[in-house]
Amino acid sequence: MDHDDLNRLQWRCTRRALLELDLILGKFLAEEFPALDEDDKRVFAELADMEDHDLWPLVNGTEACDDARQGRIVAMLRKSGVRQPL
Amino acid sequence: MSIPVRKYDAVIVGAGGAGLRAAIQLSEAGLKTAVLSKVFPTRSHTVAAQGGVSASLGNSEEDHWHWHMYDTVKGSDWLGDQDAIEFMCRKAPEVVVELEHFGMPFDRTDEGKIYQRPFGGHMSNFGEKPVRRACAAADRTGHAMLHALYQRNVRAQTQFFVEWMALDLIRDEEGQVLGVIALEMETGEVVAFHAKATIFATGGAGRIFYSSTNAFINTGDGLGMAARAGIPLEDMEFWQFHPTGVAGAGVLITEGVRGEGGILRNDKGERFMERYAPNAKDLASRDVVSRAMVTEINEGRGCGPNKDFVTLDITHLPPETIMKRLPGIREISIQFAGIDPIKAPIPVVPTCHYQMGGIPTNYKGQVVLEDGATVAGFYAAGECACASVHGANRLGTNSLLDLLVFGKSSGDTVIEDLASMPKAHKELPAGFADRTLARLGRLESQKDGADVHETRLAMQRTMQNHCGVFRFKDKLEEGVRKILDIEKQAAQTQIKDKSKVWNTARVEALEFDNLIEVAKATMICAEARKESRGAHVRDDAPDTPEFPNGRDDKEWLKHSLWYRDGNKLSYKPVTLKPLSVETIALKTRSY
Repeated sequence: MDHDDLNRLQWRCTRRALLELDLILGKFLAEEFPALDEDDKRVFAELADMEDHDLWPLVNGTEACDDARQGRIVAMLRKSGVRQPL
Repeated sequence: MSIPVRKYDAVIVGAGGAGLRAAIQLSEAGLKTAVLSKVFPTRSHTVAAQGGVSASLGNSEEDHWHWHMYDTVKGSDWLGDQDAIEFMCRKAPEVVVELEHFGMPFDRTDEGKIYQRPFGGHMSNFGEKPVRRACAAADRTGHAMLHALYQRNVRAQTQFFVEWMALDLIRDEEGQVLGVIALEMETGEVVAFHAKATIFATGGAGRIFYSSTNAFINTGDGLGMAARAGIPLEDMEFWQFHPTGVAGAGVLITEGVRGEGGILRNDKGERFMERYAPNAKDLASRDVVSRAMVTEINEGRGCGPNKDFVTLDITHLPPETIMKRLPGIREISIQFAGIDPIKAPIPVVPTCHYQMGGIPTNYKGQVVLEDGATVAGFYAAGECACASVHGANRLGTNSLLDLLVFGKSSGDTVIEDLASMPKAHKELPAGFADRTLARLGRLESQKDGADVHETRLAMQRTMQNHCGVFRFKDKLEEGVRKILDIEKQAAQTQIKDKSKVWNTARVEALEFDNLIEVAKATMICAEARKESRGAHVRDDAPDTPEFPNGRDDKEWLKHSLWYRDGNKLSYKPVTLKPLSVETIALKTRSY
């Protein structure tokens, strides 16, 4: 991902409708995203494109994720704790 | 230097509930309308509203708009303008039914009517007993509303400019607003939107505080632009705090947790609400609970190494109850506090939630100056505006109603005003983009300047520590000095990334330019108001027989107006005369 793609993704991760997702996606992007392979990066970008009310229940664990590829990234997101405002 | 100019009949900044509702009016009336938004419309913060939208439909029991009006005036601690409040409460059933016709999937009664539930502060028969007035779509009311409004806009062919940030108002020598200058993030291009009417629907600025339930997008862009254009901000000292935000992250823990038996405790494990509200205890109103929590912390009974939070304890509830009745709460606690609430209590602090003040408007959505004159071509609606219907304290479910009523009324007023204006656009003044381009140029060339993130954090901590839920004279005075120091750094922010395309560092610096204006307005207005009223509670204005709840109507029954130029403060009277009924007379606000 080049500068423009990464910055676009950063904007879409940290200007969400819900604070919960600003915090979780922003932290994941900064800390764990760089180590993902290209396929997983694409899957994360797919998740970040979802509506907040579709994505949050998956990250929050109130709904199960049917897609195995997405499920792996969702599991990582669920483990990613955010203790302080970014 | 010239910039490209695009011409529209109307430009709306912000695509949350108020912006989308206004856009429907304009586009359906055939006006060429542009809506600018930092994000895709259905990503606006309106999505986060869960509770509902209030309207005296009377579907579940008898109700009346006049009762709703009474509750709203009382909730506002009599600082709300009674003409605007009457207008909003009378219009509520109409805008809710319209929304239903736009496709909003409201919850329904067995007879197929819109289901209504009770909500704090909403009563029947002028404060007698709770009434079911809130219309909701499960816990996704804001989300469902935004989708219904967006779809209607698609049908009406509203033109959206997504991932564009408005930077400044264009105002000519006569004070008329002629549009905005905006930045397209994808290209870095700066463009003028030349319009006969400009509506701001940019939402609140809750990110001025360190602990906020607001999403990162709420940076008060409309307020910053208005202030820089010489328009005052009204009643900025009034911010609603939610008692239970997760300490640190700010994420909201719903009131339902206390409803299910959650208990607030201090460092000794004491259920301290028993001392402050012996009857309602942990279920007392938001402001009472928030102040009790802050008192515990200030008196050294906070928890944690810094003694800066209290805890919300549900460890006594059976795990299956937590999982069944409070879905997601366990995950929120684990994710944002590192605490499993089945095993340990959740650290919480009162957290900034809603901005009552804003750009001064009348109930038609026109922006008004101190003398009551309107600013030609300029309108505002929703959380960025101060109509003022929320006064010193907002009632739950009145925020979504505000968006619908004043989004619609600002659209209607634009249609009316444009009908009597010349067909051609008024010419843009010479050098209309100069100040904006100078601001961008300064950011490009700044050397040895302040880091945006660190300066913003300093501002947020100052606001939290000096101007939070419970306010102290000395702290406020020191807060004013501190925030004016931070302003000097804010004028010298520096960014490392100088690229044109998708430069998020630049956008964040521009957002901070807006936040700092709101922070100054808030701190200065709060320091100046020497009474307690609604959400503004001062330690040196306590509850006495002469001043119940610390409210001083003789001196302070008036709206604050803050001007950016010289941080000048002024005041204007509260409108106590409604449109068609008798005034709701002043009395002590108690529940």
